[in-house]
Amino acid sequence: MSGKHLNLKLKIWRQSGPQTAGSFVDYQIEVSPDDSFLEMLDELNNKLESEGKEPIAFESDCREGICGTCGLVINGQPHGPIPKIATCQLHMRNFNNGDTIWIEPFRAKAFPVLKDLIVDRSGFDEIMNAGGFISVNTGGVPDANDILIPKEVASESMDAAACIGCGACVAACKNASAMLFVSAKVSQFALLPQGKPERFRRVEKMVKVMDDLGFGSCTNTYACEAECPKGISIRNIARMNREYFLAKVKSKELEV
Amino acid sequence: MVKLDSKIPEGHISEKWTNHKFNMKLINPANKRKYDVIVVGTGLAGASAAASLAELGYNVKAFTFHDSARRAHSISAQGGINAAKNYQNDGDSIYRLFYDTVKGGDFRAREANVYRLAEVSNNIIDQCVAQGVPFAREYGGLLDNRSFGGAQVSRTFYARGQTGQQLLLGAYSALSRQVGLGKVKMYSRREMLELVVVDGIARGIVCRNLVNGEIEKYSAHAVILATGGYSNVFFLSTNAMNCNTTAIWRAHKKGALFANPCFTQIHPTCLPVHGEGQSKLTLMSESLRNDGRIWVSKKKGDLREPNEIPEEERDYYLERKYPSFGNLSPRDISSRSAKEVFDEGRGAKGQEAVYLDFEDAIKRLGRKAIEEKYGNLFEIYETITGENPYNVPMKIYPAPHYTMGGLWVDYNLMSNIPGLFVLGEANFSDHGANRLGASALMQGLADGYFVIPYTIGNYLAADKPEKLSVDHTEFENVKKQTEDLTRKFISINGKQTVDDIHKRLGRIMWNKVGMSRNENGLKEAINEIRELREEFWKDVKVPGDDKDINQTLERAGRLADYLELAELMAVDALNRNESCGGHFREEYQTEEGEALRNDEEYTYVAAWEMEELGKWKLHKEDLQFEYVKLSTRSYK
Repeated sequence: MSGKHLNLKLKIWRQSGPQTAGSFVDYQIEVSPDDSFLEMLDELNNKLESEGKEPIAFESDCREGICGTCGLVINGQPHGPIPKIATCQLHMRNFNNGDTIWIEPFRAKAFPVLKDLIVDRSGFDEIMNAGGFISVNTGGVPDANDILIPKEVASESMDAAACIGCGACVAACKNASAMLFVSAKVSQFALLPQGKPERFRRVEKMVKVMDDLGFGSCTNTYACEAECPKGISIRNIARMNREYFLAKVKSKELEV
Repeated sequence: MVKLDSKIPEGHISEKWTNHKFNMKLINPANKRKYDVIVVGTGLAGASAAASLAELGYNVKAFTFHDSARRAHSISAQGGINAAKNYQNDGDSIYRLFYDTVKGGDFRAREANVYRLAEVSNNIIDQCVAQGVPFAREYGGLLDNRSFGGAQVSRTFYARGQTGQQLLLGAYSALSRQVGLGKVKMYSRREMLELVVVDGIARGIVCRNLVNGEIEKYSAHAVILATGGYSNVFFLSTNAMNCNTTAIWRAHKKGALFANPCFTQIHPTCLPVHGEGQSKLTLMSESLRNDGRIWVSKKKGDLREPNEIPEEERDYYLERKYPSFGNLSPRDISSRSAKEVFDEGRGAKGQEAVYLDFEDAIKRLGRKAIEEKYGNLFEIYETITGENPYNVPMKIYPAPHYTMGGLWVDYNLMSNIPGLFVLGEANFSDHGANRLGASALMQGLADGYFVIPYTIGNYLAADKPEKLSVDHTEFENVKKQTEDLTRKFISINGKQTVDDIHKRLGRIMWNKVGMSRNENGLKEAINEIRELREEFWKDVKVPGDDKDINQTLERAGRLADYLELAELMAVDALNRNESCGGHFREEYQTEEGEALRNDEEYTYVAAWEMEELGKWKLHKEDLQFEYVKLSTRSYK
């Protein structure tokens, strides 16, 4: 469609496994400005494969910014320089001919590197398993319209529910805190009438697992909000802190 | 000896499911924990099935090749989910949803299944709301609805443009709860590579651990496949990168019949291909066709910028050919018309694209109104293409999107292999030859939440299958075969990359087994696919080793299966000497170029049994239409 090809120098993190040391490796590539960032990596990999070399391991799936599978740190920023998009939505026309691009995995103690640019984010699932749900079984629920929910409430809940679980918030945070992720789920349910019966139990359980897994604390730097591809608001963290405080106040277990 | 028995219950269509539920055998709650069930895939169908079965007390083992169950491709669905709630008081009913779906599927679906789908659609909405899915609401607090193609009522529930995401996260949260309770054991980063069948009964699966490369064995009393569709056979499609046919294809090779493989849906409004490096295609919501006008130049090879082409030299071909439906003509018809004008050499700026133009709508309604309606879609378009659709018409082109075909199942969603159940897009059951918008989410959740929890109990109670140990010789054999196959991909050490071969397969499929097909093209395609398959096995290059994360190896295995499925798709398309829904045979059209069904000879489900590679035996399941009268669709 548009424009001349770009000649780029890539510095990509290569690491053969969780226990081995990694390092940046240089690559040169010529790409169309219409290519997406991940298509650039596809092309590089195809070239490496045709030369019998091992391609760069990286993950992606939907390539529409909704599944949350992809996530690279590009020139120091999770998901790259353009706000509110995932890595897969970044296009090469945002770079200039001759640029050098640094590509790294998400870095956090709780997200160990598995290979090259792939990290293990299963900690997010463990937090969800602890309380990221409303306890209802299939069947025997009331008619959908029996539960009235004001439009604004549904909308605010949806803002929080839009989280794609990519982990950019953790990668962006100097403490590797997962508070934005956890608070988005806590908020979605705390706002809705269906989520109210177990709101305190939920927040306590999720926060406990979050802490146990080695995610850091929130020190209000707002880096998570700035890098979140879905624009999840930091206000969710404030809400989670309130929920957590209330839960502790109402708790029947005395902590000494 | 394969015998097709659809097991449709007796009685009036509105009573079949109710009666069947009563007649099915039950397992008492204390005994359910003695049964293990494997669920492969954690999309809408798989996650909802795994959670619901665990809630009932079964021990569930759930498998996904993703890092997390939440990544499944159901998450990408945008528009909404249908249900016959009739909240809008506009005349909707279970019967009408059933009727629209049978007709939309061009009379190639099983009536009884579709009726059940419509029947449980209302339970799905209730369930999702109870789980905390934040559906769109009215100011009064009630649920909002929108309308969708192929229906005259507003029955579509939605959560912004992210309905699939919200429904999947709902099912995923139910699943997470069961994982936390220990009733589901979650196996992520595992790819199912074989079904284990002993004495004709499904006993388990063999997987590859995608992190350390180990081939692992799992056994259970029943196996459920909910592994999605196979549009990626075209290489470029709206499906996610990792969607593949391997689970159902390898089950097919173990004896499961594959039904209507040629029924594929090509979605008309996707972003066109930008170049050789393109990795997938992005869908733009069909709703844009409400206000956008679709056109190309009247002249062949017109390379002018769209704004330089004067009004009188533009051909608004859908408005011209289908004056009453115009730009809102159904998916199959719109897609084919775009291909026609491109084939005539009239594609937008010579490319495989047509224009979708909002100039008139902006003049008529004002830029602000268009922004309110479509702002986010325009942004997506600009992010991807770098062009601003307020100033320049969008370029769109059809792309493979959904596969109606899949493994054959009976009314209980069991394949012809006892103990093997197939749910969601992976089965063939409910959409006939064409799926209506907002019905895929409905089917996935219907199967998982409300059908399989009943029918699997009946199978386990009536057939009383024994669980085999994974030390059984057959498990060992299958494991060994799988290891050999995995190593074989690496040992070929040829010259061509997996993607290069996959792209060539995609071209064959798109040109000859795509939007319109003809006898010669299909015969050529079969030969070309066979040649390409041979080339693959001689000349593919898979670097790295098998005891490590090796994404090339994963893709090689999936491509090997596509190279076989592709042939069966062509064989099925060649067999079906009629045009219906997404299957358009150029030889079978009316004088005006519309699809011409042949109800006399082809009112059947084509279920294929593989005898050997390249040789399939056709089994026909005749379809009876007792409640919806066979009629011709017309959109003039």
